[in-house]
Amino acid sequence: MNAPLGSLDRPNSYIGRAVTRPNAKRLLAGRGRYVTDLVLPRMLHAAFLRSPYAHARIVSIDAEAARAMPGVRLVATGADLARLCTPWVGTLDHFKGMKSAPQLPLPVEEVLWSGQAVVAVVADSRAQAEDAAEAVLVEFEELPVVADIDTAREPDADRAAAGIEDNLCFRSRLDTGGIDALFAGAAHVVEEEFHFGRHTAVTLEPRAILADWDASEGKLTVHHATQTPYQFQDLYSRHYGIPEASVRVIAPDIGGSFGMKLHVYHEDMAVVGLSMLCRRPVKYVADRMESFVSDIHARDHRVRARMAVDAEGTILAMDVDDVTAIGAFSTYPRTSAVEGNQVIRLMGAPYRFRNYRAELAVVFQNKVQTSQYRAVGHPVACAVTERLVDLAAARAGLDPATMREKNLIPDDAYPCESPTGYKFEALSHQASLIRLKALMDYDALRAEQAALRTRGIHRGIGIASFVEISNPSPAFYGIGGARISAQDGATLSVTPSGEVRCLISVTEQGQGTETIIGQIVADQFGVAREKVRVITGDTEITPHGGATWACRGAGIGGETALQAARRLRDNVLALAATILQARPGDLDLRDGLVVDALSGAERVSLAEVARIAYFRSDTLPPDARAQLSITHHYAPQGYPFAFTNGIQGCHVELDVDTGLVKVLKHWVVEDCGRIINPLLVDEQVRGGVVQGLGAAFFEECRYDDNGQLTNGSLADYLVPMACEMPDIVVGHIETPTADTALGAKGCGEAGTAAASAAALNAVNDAMAPLGASIAQIPMTPERLLKSLGKI
Amino acid sequence: MSATLPVTLTVNGETLTRLVEPRETLADFLRRDLGLTGTHAGCEMGVCGACLVMLDGLPVHACLTFAVQAAGTEIATVEGLTESTVIADLQRAFHERNALQCGFCTPGMLIAAQGLLARLPLPSRAEIRDALSGNYCRCTGYEAIVDAIETVARRRAAGETAPRFAEEPA
Repeated sequence: MNAPLGSLDRPNSYIGRAVTRPNAKRLLAGRGRYVTDLVLPRMLHAAFLRSPYAHARIVSIDAEAARAMPGVRLVATGADLARLCTPWVGTLDHFKGMKSAPQLPLPVEEVLWSGQAVVAVVADSRAQAEDAAEAVLVEFEELPVVADIDTAREPDADRAAAGIEDNLCFRSRLDTGGIDALFAGAAHVVEEEFHFGRHTAVTLEPRAILADWDASEGKLTVHHATQTPYQFQDLYSRHYGIPEASVRVIAPDIGGSFGMKLHVYHEDMAVVGLSMLCRRPVKYVADRMESFVSDIHARDHRVRARMAVDAEGTILAMDVDDVTAIGAFSTYPRTSAVEGNQVIRLMGAPYRFRNYRAELAVVFQNKVQTSQYRAVGHPVACAVTERLVDLAAARAGLDPATMREKNLIPDDAYPCESPTGYKFEALSHQASLIRLKALMDYDALRAEQAALRTRGIHRGIGIASFVEISNPSPAFYGIGGARISAQDGATLSVTPSGEVRCLISVTEQGQGTETIIGQIVADQFGVAREKVRVITGDTEITPHGGATWACRGAGIGGETALQAARRLRDNVLALAATILQARPGDLDLRDGLVVDALSGAERVSLAEVARIAYFRSDTLPPDARAQLSITHHYAPQGYPFAFTNGIQGCHVELDVDTGLVKVLKHWVVEDCGRIINPLLVDEQVRGGVVQGLGAAFFEECRYDDNGQLTNGSLADYLVPMACEMPDIVVGHIETPTADTALGAKGCGEAGTAAASAAALNAVNDAMAPLGASIAQIPMTPERLLKSLGKI
Repeated sequence: MSATLPVTLTVNGETLTRLVEPRETLADFLRRDLGLTGTHAGCEMGVCGACLVMLDGLPVHACLTFAVQAAGTEIATVEGLTESTVIADLQRAFHERNALQCGFCTPGMLIAAQGLLARLPLPSRAEIRDALSGNYCRCTGYEAIVDAIETVARRRAAGETAPRFAEEPA
């Protein structure tokens, strides 16, 4: 803790403390309540027949045999659901010129990727629904498959979907000017073509939804494994024409999300309609094979980039061309263009150079839709930048750490702006680098590396600085027309016994949202943490808000809780002052007691104040204000985004005969602003790093030329497992944002943002004496052996 | 597919008989027929470890076992192991170390850990990591889980016992 706590340093001071998560205990006892577990009276189960083709026309559907199967209640096609649900288009207004084909829950004429749900079957059991789905006969007429980003952009290319005029979803260009001249005059120019594989979230709990349409009340209740219940309340309301207040979305325990569970999926929209058609609860849980062909994928970028450097190793400019392949349409409502947009805007962000040019092309193809997944765009921007920095360092004859010391934005240069227009309030790149070198014992590692090389042991050291974008204002979605809130809300109440209930719009997926909100409320209100119950994830109970994504939980949700707790405390002290015939300013609330602020002497307990307010209002004067419940909203103000920063180090050993890489150790220094709970922050960072290392070495959705996913199972798609992962050392710098009283900025994406970049640099460092290099992730043994010229 | 067979087995200490479809997995049987939803289905092909249960004292994938194959066996799920306090020290250590986030892998992790410590009381970190190689966790990055298991191994070796887990206040 190197930042002063200041006004936050009060009795019941929980902010900054490593406390355990109260809600983790029932998960440990097997008492979690995931959507997967839920059973409702008269509940039915849905299964889907999926397209075996990546692109095809639906010629006919024969469901007669399926309808006669045991337990079958409904077989529904695209036409059936199109009568209930209006189409959606995944574009945002501020992405000028963006286009996408309209989507319906199930296709009416054309299937756009292999695995797309085509026909829904609802039956008494999932097994019966699956049996019947096999009996549905669909005749498809195959259409040309768009599966390559370059041919897709040729003038006469086949189109990935009939509803679009060409395969370019979106393009964007940034240019500070004079780039060609800068490169022409530079002492060194380094360039590389990078390939980033498609990967996917692989949450351990697959997508799950249970829709319950009650026709008698005109009310839809959806139990939905999602991060964003309010977003879905809005979408179900508008697309099914149900008044918003009659749509309730409940997100109970969620078995992992990482961005994947905040997008619209065709099956999920279908299940709402199926419940309306059956007038009964309908449940759908994706199985693992379905997850691979229907959960969003992410990344899939080809980046050609170059960096100009002067003779002393000062970076002068970057020039970037990013082509990213999405699905056959853009994901709704957050689109499939945000990742590419963030790639070109985050490029070079930690460094001082001012000259930049970038071109982005977002291209349709007949594969699973891609969209936001943990650390959207960051790993791509970071890996490209950091690899070029290492290449430039080598050309300039500088050690990679020295190169960064020279070029990182100085810690006293803030506020400042990136060449792409991002406004940085205060970051700590230089301090982070110093800290990382100390944690790694960088110079000793380099000496050890040199010694081992003489014995034929090929170790590599990679470092990667990063900037992370968090706490988005309405500039992210709101101004683009998406009804996705940038604010959050909390309702705080004192119970008659003097405990506190906090209903808040940020949501929990295991990262500890409820825990940190409880810490903040207890701290700021002035009660023991055990007296605060935090409730999240139910649109009928909690105020409307953005919920948890883009690291909003701590930064925006936390500030909402802080401000709400302070307001409620003021109300309690005002009422206590009335009861005690004292001045509110002379009182304080500490550990559940109203005390004399100066001496700390107890005046009256919170429980007694609550008892009087709720049961003996007759003893209060007529003008007493006994407001022991408050609702408070907070929207980010000031900077359009909070930025966090940090740096990672990766130490690997490469077996040049097998191409296998052992990650020996990984280090992270990160600056998430105010740390609310170090235990939880460290685990966010570690989990994020492992997701990044998975991308670096294992994870890739591999497609053939026909648009068929060839490794769509957990046996074939490799995820990082315990035996392959290193211990991860985490250090912190704290630079709180001055935009909020809390000062927290978020920590959820930091680990993933730079882990693959550090690994890429480490592997290249190991290979450098062998004259080999790689610019593609995942760095599979096969690719490494090819780089080494062994195969 | 609808013909059912009677199966008698012991689950969490209680012997019971149920009619099951031959194709019904033990995981589905525990979750659906008995309401023991602490056993999770993550991949349904024996790769992720979320469905691990103790079958006659050994960790077994409930998704790869048909319910009829469990006839005559003794099954212990996370609910039963919690009630019997057998894994209370593991649960406590996981909680203290925050060795879980979303919790979906956790029952399987606890059972894998219990199985490991039964056959190897003082494993090294590498041995713990190796023993968890069939348990997928997307949230934690594994280190906290390894730490928690290592701590319990040391505590058990020192003869420490943990009180009932679920009854302690958070």
